[in-house]
Amino acid sequence: MSSLLEISISSFLGQLMIGLINGSFYALMSLGLSIIFGLLHVVNFAHGALFMLGAFVAWGLLEYAGIGYWPALLIAPLIVAGIGLLIERLLLRRLYGLDQVYSLLLTFGLAMLIEGVFRLKFGASGQPYPSPIKAGLELEMAFIPGYRIWVIVASLAICLTIWFVIERTKLGSYLRAANENAPLVRTFGINVPRILMLTYGLGVGLAGLSGVMAAPIYQVNPLMGNSMIVVVFAVVVIGGMGSLIGSIIAGFGLGVLEGLTKLFLPEAAGIVIFIAMIVVLAFRPFGLFGQDPR
Amino acid sequence: MSDTKRTSGAGPATACLSIRQLVGYYGQSLVLRGIDLVVNRGEIVCLLGRNGAGKTTTLRAIVGLLSRCEGSIEINGQQSTQWQPEAIAKLGVAYCPEERGIFASLSTEENLLLPPVLRSGGLSLDEIYELFPNLAQRLSSQGTKLSGGEQQMLAMARILRTGANLLLLDECTEGLAPVIVAKIRQTIRLLKERGFTVLMVEQNFRFASRVADRFYVIEEGLVIDQFHRDDIAENRTRIEEMLGL
Repeated sequence: MSSLLEISISSFLGQLMIGLINGSFYALMSLGLSIIFGLLHVVNFAHGALFMLGAFVAWGLLEYAGIGYWPALLIAPLIVAGIGLLIERLLLRRLYGLDQVYSLLLTFGLAMLIEGVFRLKFGASGQPYPSPIKAGLELEMAFIPGYRIWVIVASLAICLTIWFVIERTKLGSYLRAANENAPLVRTFGINVPRILMLTYGLGVGLAGLSGVMAAPIYQVNPLMGNSMIVVVFAVVVIGGMGSLIGSIIAGFGLGVLEGLTKLFLPEAAGIVIFIAMIVVLAFRPFGLFGQDPR
Repeated sequence: MSDTKRTSGAGPATACLSIRQLVGYYGQSLVLRGIDLVVNRGEIVCLLGRNGAGKTTTLRAIVGLLSRCEGSIEINGQQSTQWQPEAIAKLGVAYCPEERGIFASLSTEENLLLPPVLRSGGLSLDEIYELFPNLAQRLSSQGTKLSGGEQQMLAMARILRTGANLLLLDECTEGLAPVIVAKIRQTIRLLKERGFTVLMVEQNFRFASRVADRFYVIEEGLVIDQFHRDDIAENRTRIEEMLGL
């Protein structure tokens, strides 16, 4: 009896851990999407491809230049953010006056293009990436790899820092005000077009950062963002489009929900987030933390 | 009625704002059909006219919010037509819109401190709190939780810090109680003493005639008349007819 209990507790902890890990990525990714949507009103379908790009840049840095994980954690997101700045400046900016469908289609096309190029070069199989932290936490019932603890703590810290910067600082007040009434903010002498460009860079930089952090856990492969983006959009819808705190809480919460479902009803694990999305859409169409637009 | 000697006597050297043949569009429709007006330094000038005449559009064109306009706008001696709004702000013009534009996601204090100080010569925070003591007591409240009168004061207060010397005030007394209107009148007079230049749009002619030095009447996107405050008494019937009062 006691051994049965032990097994279930250790598998419970195991699934909880997996849930928190997935939740860390959901939160970072949906936070970036939310920031971009809130300010630019762009549904950034390229987010998954840029997540994959972050992972590949980290892998490439190690493979071709011998640059390891910790420097890559800084370099890869900056490269992805730089690509984001170019995308905003050269492409997205032309579509701001038009219906949101146009920017959605543009980013969707970009995602297919980026993923297609990487599939052509690397095929569909994954590239391994060594874990930078070998040690772990030896508990009585389970061994928790140190790298996973790092991912959860780092993701939570990054999410809370970004939430703090946007909700509590002067820079954040520019972002919130521009979100409400960009033309008026421009008449105060604040360069809103530049803020929009940097915001897109920040959002996709977060996707790149998530990609680097994901590299040692999932395999680095051209379609890793594709499978991620569908779930992340469901997370954003559940948390509330444009709500930062909603993205963070829904990200971690749904990761855990998904993990625990795997324990209790394994068949439903793949769809539980979408069931949650349908329920939320039915009762609170603007999401758990979203503002009623009416 | 136009007294050309008195109204356009000031040369370009003292003009704070000078607009010539301003043509502006909303989408495809022509809204401004060739506005000409001058606001001299330290003056309070009011645009009068019926709804839809083009008064607000003129203010929006000055701050660069009209996507399509032609003609010439000169602010503090600098040609600014076709400039971006953030560049125009640096010339020393600030805009208080009719709908006030208080941000719901910002506290009163954040609303007040949002516009950056771009030039010297603005009011200090202490002076602003002295002028609007109500705001000082409600700094942490959400901006849109303030009363209509407090929101109007906040919308005006936040552009007084920035160092802008030309203030554009759109319908700043609309829907407000008489005691608040009196406070705004007192504020505008104080601004004049401090050397600010004001171009205002006002439906409330009684209010405007007590604060403004000079008036332009706009109809269908054109200036159809202009007069000085001293001319009002003898031409009252005609003015009221023109404004549809």
